[in-house]
Amino acid sequence: MDARRVAVLKGGPSLERQISLRSAARVEDALEKLGCQVVPIDVGGDLVGRLRESRAEVAFVALHGRGGEDGTVQEILEIVGMPYTGSGVLACIRTMDKVLTKHLLVGNGIPTPDFFAFNETAFREFGAAEALPAIELQLGFPIVVKPAAQGSALGIKFARSSSDVPEALISAFSYDEKVLLERYVEGRELAVSLLDRDGTVQPLPVVEALPKEEYFFDFEARYEIGKTDYVCPADLPAAVTERVQELAVATYELLGCYGFARVDMILSADDEPQVLEAQAIPGLTDTSLLPQAADAAGLSFEALVERLVELALARAQVQAPAHNI
Amino acid sequence: MSNRHHTTSHEIERYAGLFAKRTHQMRSSAMRDLMAITARPEVISLAGGLPDTSTFPPDTFAALMEQIARNSCASALQYGPTEGFQRTKERIATVMAEEDMRAEPEDMIVTTGGQQVIDLVSKTLVDPGDVVICEAPTYPGAVPTFSSYEANVVQIEMDSDGMRVDLLEEVLERLDRERKRPKFIYTVPTFQNPAGVTLSLPRRKRLVELARERELLVLEDNPYGLLRYEGDPLPPLYALDGGEYVLYLGTFSKIFSPGIRLGWLVAPGPVLAKVQLGKQAADLCSSSLTQQLVDAYFELDHWRDYIRDLCSLYRQRRDVMLDGLAEFFPPEAEWTRPAGGLFIWATLPDFIDTHDLLAKALREEQVAFVPGAAAYVDGRGASSMRLNFSGADSDAIREGVRRIGKVVREQVELYGTFVGRSAVKQEPDEAKPQGPGGESPERAERLADVVRLPPRRQRRRDAAG
Repeated sequence: MDARRVAVLKGGPSLERQISLRSAARVEDALEKLGCQVVPIDVGGDLVGRLRESRAEVAFVALHGRGGEDGTVQEILEIVGMPYTGSGVLACIRTMDKVLTKHLLVGNGIPTPDFFAFNETAFREFGAAEALPAIELQLGFPIVVKPAAQGSALGIKFARSSSDVPEALISAFSYDEKVLLERYVEGRELAVSLLDRDGTVQPLPVVEALPKEEYFFDFEARYEIGKTDYVCPADLPAAVTERVQELAVATYELLGCYGFARVDMILSADDEPQVLEAQAIPGLTDTSLLPQAADAAGLSFEALVERLVELALARAQVQAPAHNI
Repeated sequence: MSNRHHTTSHEIERYAGLFAKRTHQMRSSAMRDLMAITARPEVISLAGGLPDTSTFPPDTFAALMEQIARNSCASALQYGPTEGFQRTKERIATVMAEEDMRAEPEDMIVTTGGQQVIDLVSKTLVDPGDVVICEAPTYPGAVPTFSSYEANVVQIEMDSDGMRVDLLEEVLERLDRERKRPKFIYTVPTFQNPAGVTLSLPRRKRLVELARERELLVLEDNPYGLLRYEGDPLPPLYALDGGEYVLYLGTFSKIFSPGIRLGWLVAPGPVLAKVQLGKQAADLCSSSLTQQLVDAYFELDHWRDYIRDLCSLYRQRRDVMLDGLAEFFPPEAEWTRPAGGLFIWATLPDFIDTHDLLAKALREEQVAFVPGAAAYVDGRGASSMRLNFSGADSDAIREGVRRIGKVVREQVELYGTFVGRSAVKQEPDEAKPQGPGGESPERAERLADVVRLPPRRQRRRDAAG
């Protein structure tokens, strides 16, 4: 790449601010190694002005969570007319909302654990609590309770009995107005990262997350070096790997992702994969899964960053006339 | 599989393989990530433990610094003795005398903040697995220090009269039977951080007796003793003991400035000698410049006026916070009513996890507090929070408490819809506590139990196991 100006969008007010700053730090290093001029932007109220002032050719969106990964910043970039990395507005909306994701999966025959979703209004105004016993009966314990929109593991609780459910709901509702209660599927935690390459979607080697025994119920371990072991490529029979990657590609295409994404799954004891969720902007920190998977596929972090920037520019060329508002 | 290798990211392995075992006890992550947002300018933060340094007269600061530059430029810019300057230690003796303590400069070491005392005392006394006793809840900043020396931390419950010394005795008996000798008891007896409560005089006396009977060391952390807003001062443990078994930790952070990073330890000679070696290894000496600043500032008398000003300012802010809590928090919430210091400890119904609540408070209301679990080593405190009333002005405190109250009420109401009843008790307004002096008898009774908490997380873990 020649001396391109790249705006790196990072931080912001999201709960995943710190992770975003860590992702961005790595991205900025990589861009500098690639000979780019980096314009770092901590996303705030002056975003539109700063984007315009940056005179950047392209924006690298290194934001996670609300605002940065839910289509908001993407919409602003569309309006400003600046090409940007990763998925567009619609795919961001679809992936950020786990309930929407799961409805789309179900509608298209992609397996996902059974679930029920409610917003606060359902409980406050329509007495949804009366339906809880029926839900518990249908899903069986333990039930996983999670906020619809939180990207990281924050707010996810296991309810082991009816008496745990209200407290778990309160925790989940701390992060979003909408929550889901999901059947707990015991199995192996897999993550498939995907990259666009030459017009097709390329699944990267499957990563398996193995929380160390003592941290099994500690979601914080996901961000801590040394508390979770990752195995990549995951030790799976070839047919299972193929099936898992196929499902990931189908999910990616169904949601309309672009550039890169990560699809998280659970592989039940009978080797049946089920899709849990997709991340439109997977973490890019040194403990994140997508960079590990890329590395296993022989793609360095710099090469990954370079590819994402090129894809952003390529999409803009195709779409340019329609988006120069 | 030939191409299978654990952890593809070379970087992770490269660093993780080098980490010392004690780093496994160093906790962080999600919690720290949340706290990172509290520093954003749009957030009203009642989380920190910051004194209001904006009240310090800039002209005084400028004059003192000019005096140092003119009179002792070379030595202010030079290394100093590890134990600290003699004159600084004499000023420390003056400050301690203000609370009726007599300490000799040769029994002191000047440190880089009070925090370094906790570190150096732990470094000197604690082998991995050794028992350290502290209050429940304890100063959140002490927890990572104890963890980094792999201490086995045992926490003693408190009530509105501070640490339950009767429970301490039971724990000491038990440890005796297990042939474990606690290395020291860490306590903040006056206006405790985070609970805001103060150890009563009978308990102080008993604690000092216990230390003598059993030849136990007590580390008395007293950052707030001079910040009393009502009532009569109680003698510090150090004054009761005379410095035989009580190690005394003092600091200039809350009476002058935390930015100068100066604290001190008063300890018996043999302990002091080892601590001094530890300090030499840690940072050679504390700042010569700021020690000279302390020397110059405390030479004059108006430091006492400044503390009086701080007391009147913080008293007013405390009252604003107490009024706000009474007005905006739901009746299920309870909180302490400190007679000094910087903190109020509030406890919510136990279905509310204050870590999750902080996420909601930051996201919806842009307000922050410290979740209670940070003050425990065993997962308790999940329904409590620490609120600071010294760092923000009265308007921000009232608004901050209003916002926290709003999210708490929302969660209480929502919970009510899950369990099929209104969880918000309908109390007539006059039955509610009215802040300072206006508490209902039931409320005063309940207050005694505010800082006693069931081991909620423990229970859950057992169920999970």
